[in-house]
Amino acid sequence: MRAFANLYTRLDQTTKTNTKVAELARFFDQANDEDRLWTVAILSHRRPKRTVNTTLLRHWAAELAGIPLWLFEESYHVVGDLSEAIALTLPKAHSSNKQGLTYWIEYIKALDKLEETEKKQRVTDAWMQMDYTERLVFNKLIMGGFRIGVSQKLMVRALAQSTAIDENTLAHRIMGDWTPDKTTFEDLILTKDPLEDVSKPYPFYLAYALEDSPDDLGLPKDWIAERKWDGIRGQLIVRKGELFVWSRGEELVTDKFPEYHPLAEILPNGTVIDGEILPYKDGQPLTFNDLQTRIGRKNVTKKILEKAPVVLVAYDLLEWEGQDIRERPMEERRALLEQLLEQTETDGILMLSERVNFSTWQELEPERQNARQYHSEGLMLKHKGSPYRSGRKKGDWWKWKVEPLTIDAVMIYAQRGHGRRANLYTDFTFAVWDDKQLVPFTKAYSGLTDKEFREITAWVRRNTIDRFGPVRSVEPAHVFEIAFEGIRKSSRHKSGVALRFPRISRWRKDKPLKEANTLEDLHQLLKLYEEGG
Amino acid sequence: MALLEFTNKGIYCPPADVYIDPWRPVSKALITHGHADHSRWGHQHYLCTEAAAPVIRYRLGNINLSTVQFGEATTINGVKFSFHPAGHIVGSAQIRVEHKGEVWVASGDYKVAPDGLSEPFEPVRCHTFITESTFGLPVYRWKPQDTVFEEINDWWRQNRDQGKVSVLAAYALGKAQRLLHGIDAEIGPIFTHGAIEKTTQVMRKQGIRLPETRRITQQYKSKDFEGSLVLATPSATGSNWMRRFKSASVGIASGWMALRGTRRRRAADRGFVLSDHADWNELNDAIKATGAERVAVTHGYTNLFARWLREECGLDAWEAATEYEGESLDKDDAEDMENEKDA
Repeated sequence: MRAFANLYTRLDQTTKTNTKVAELARFFDQANDEDRLWTVAILSHRRPKRTVNTTLLRHWAAELAGIPLWLFEESYHVVGDLSEAIALTLPKAHSSNKQGLTYWIEYIKALDKLEETEKKQRVTDAWMQMDYTERLVFNKLIMGGFRIGVSQKLMVRALAQSTAIDENTLAHRIMGDWTPDKTTFEDLILTKDPLEDVSKPYPFYLAYALEDSPDDLGLPKDWIAERKWDGIRGQLIVRKGELFVWSRGEELVTDKFPEYHPLAEILPNGTVIDGEILPYKDGQPLTFNDLQTRIGRKNVTKKILEKAPVVLVAYDLLEWEGQDIRERPMEERRALLEQLLEQTETDGILMLSERVNFSTWQELEPERQNARQYHSEGLMLKHKGSPYRSGRKKGDWWKWKVEPLTIDAVMIYAQRGHGRRANLYTDFTFAVWDDKQLVPFTKAYSGLTDKEFREITAWVRRNTIDRFGPVRSVEPAHVFEIAFEGIRKSSRHKSGVALRFPRISRWRKDKPLKEANTLEDLHQLLKLYEEGG
Repeated sequence: MALLEFTNKGIYCPPADVYIDPWRPVSKALITHGHADHSRWGHQHYLCTEAAAPVIRYRLGNINLSTVQFGEATTINGVKFSFHPAGHIVGSAQIRVEHKGEVWVASGDYKVAPDGLSEPFEPVRCHTFITESTFGLPVYRWKPQDTVFEEINDWWRQNRDQGKVSVLAAYALGKAQRLLHGIDAEIGPIFTHGAIEKTTQVMRKQGIRLPETRRITQQYKSKDFEGSLVLATPSATGSNWMRRFKSASVGIASGWMALRGTRRRRAADRGFVLSDHADWNELNDAIKATGAERVAVTHGYTNLFARWLREECGLDAWEAATEYEGESLDKDDAEDMENEKDA
């Protein structure tokens, strides 16, 4: 694993994209096909499953290090990463190993069926022949949460450099339902005409958020606006009489949405539609929460289908009559899509994403502001001449989200963060006033600068009232503005509400404690904006 | 009455009526070493080792300061005080306090592994030991310093070959000179940030031999820095001061670099794990070597380390509140700002 661990170190040592790509390309040049294929798999979210639970790993590591479990746990909270905490704590190795990445992944996969004592033996054996970085990588692979700071996009770019195959071609080849057990590097990556795979989706084109006003985008007449729906982005494929539905996470979700199944017969072969999987009932969208509960279930029951039925709101047409039409201008693809939907009776399963008409950017602003009325997240702006690109690209498509809701709240608990925020207090619980009491209502993690986090960390250390494991209760003293996307009733929370995407928008050093918002204010917001209400 | 007490002014010795490393103004202060959290403004009288004195004088200006040699005894009101090497920075001391057969040692900041520059740490037998705990968790275990210097040299060489400047962030007092002393000065020219150059000059004047350095001034153009090593204060590496370098790789030398999280947060290209504080093993070894049965744990992971000593080592250990800061990556930011104007 030396080579892969070295790669990990080098990627970790730089923040520069080009260097990362170059390092990865160099690794691809030198590794054998097995290791290359596993690297592609790992960096495209096809990680091996967890085969040992983390509680066992903690116990074994503490035992091997000769320290009590509580001390290991505390150290872990400081480090903020279990794999790293274990790698830092274990005693020195007594030998080294020459095995490659694939060997160790197979080793980890083989643990799955073993008894606990055997697992322990195998894992400690492995640890004791690895250095620090190898252990770190090995632990991350065992725990099934391997990340290396390289997005799939960058991995594809490196692979393109190493194989001299076009980036988009590669992006397409690595999509779909494969694992390194079922294919080879040769077949998947290098073969010009890959295995006939009618299910293969196109990479999604993702938009960046528009931070400033759209005035800089140019002439309004060159753009179309649509509502930004709050469901799951999906790609619907009909080829050779079969239907496939892919989610944006490149997961094949056909079985989860039986509503779409009739489309296999209704749509012509060679049709691929990009759209939003949206829970929709009685002529209006339901909340994202409804969809989420549904996805979490193993079986799609009748009850669920009645409670949260889905439609597909169609945004774009990527393949038509078997032809990849992604390079044609947006306007042309859209005309074909409209024509298709007009001519096809889909019983309401397939809906067109309606255009929001406007002739000046000013006209569009109120449409964005009232997005919540439509249960949408804002607007999408798309250039009429744009091709359908791969991945997140700037320029042609923008999401223009509605301003978040905000509330001023008091910090009452703090906990250390993870990853690059290890050892800093970054995870806070916030409360609002209910008469003279502070009632907790949300947690929020992000939104402050590193400098502010350092400042608040120093303060938390000095103003801790009590400790509950890793959580500290602190003197109520600081007011923060919390931004969030939505609010709904919740019986699980003392405050009676649950927020969607809460984050810290600023530190209100100007605000005295007494002027933080109240529970009453929260309930007012609930009345006004309750999701799906 | 205990021989040493933790008061709101500092570590107090009632029978002698003196303080060790006090953080509020007092009449008589015994100082372990020159870092700002241990030697502060405003005391009427200071006592430290001769080797620690030049830097303390440079930092605090015209103060009433007496010095002693390492190992030399000073008796105040019948209490015997002596200073013993703490291995933290040049001149840094543990202070041994003896009264009526009872012995305490206040160790300030210390490290056990010799760095080749500071007087090597000396274990001192005592009944009660006051220990720091900056890196008092088992995840902090340092590599030998030779290995770290090899890493730094390799990094510098590689940058040099690419025409880049290697900017290495380190404390102006202690760490910077340790780096100068341990680095392979043959690789290329070494430049220093003004704040570092000044402390380095002070230490050269007291007879410490360090490789040649050039203080960075406006007269140098970005071309002049190509391939060189620049020692900078941690705050300078995050400021406009960096603009003078066209293409730079930034490294940080600190014990905190052992954690990936801290390393990534700093957005440094490289983190070198190099500390002037004891790691987990050193702390445990040092405490064992004192033979102390009572241990007061100050600045760092105080509650965890004290619990470990109590439950696993059978010692009478407790947390003691002080205002020492240990190795904070931001600690000398304020100090740098003072010095920034003439850099």
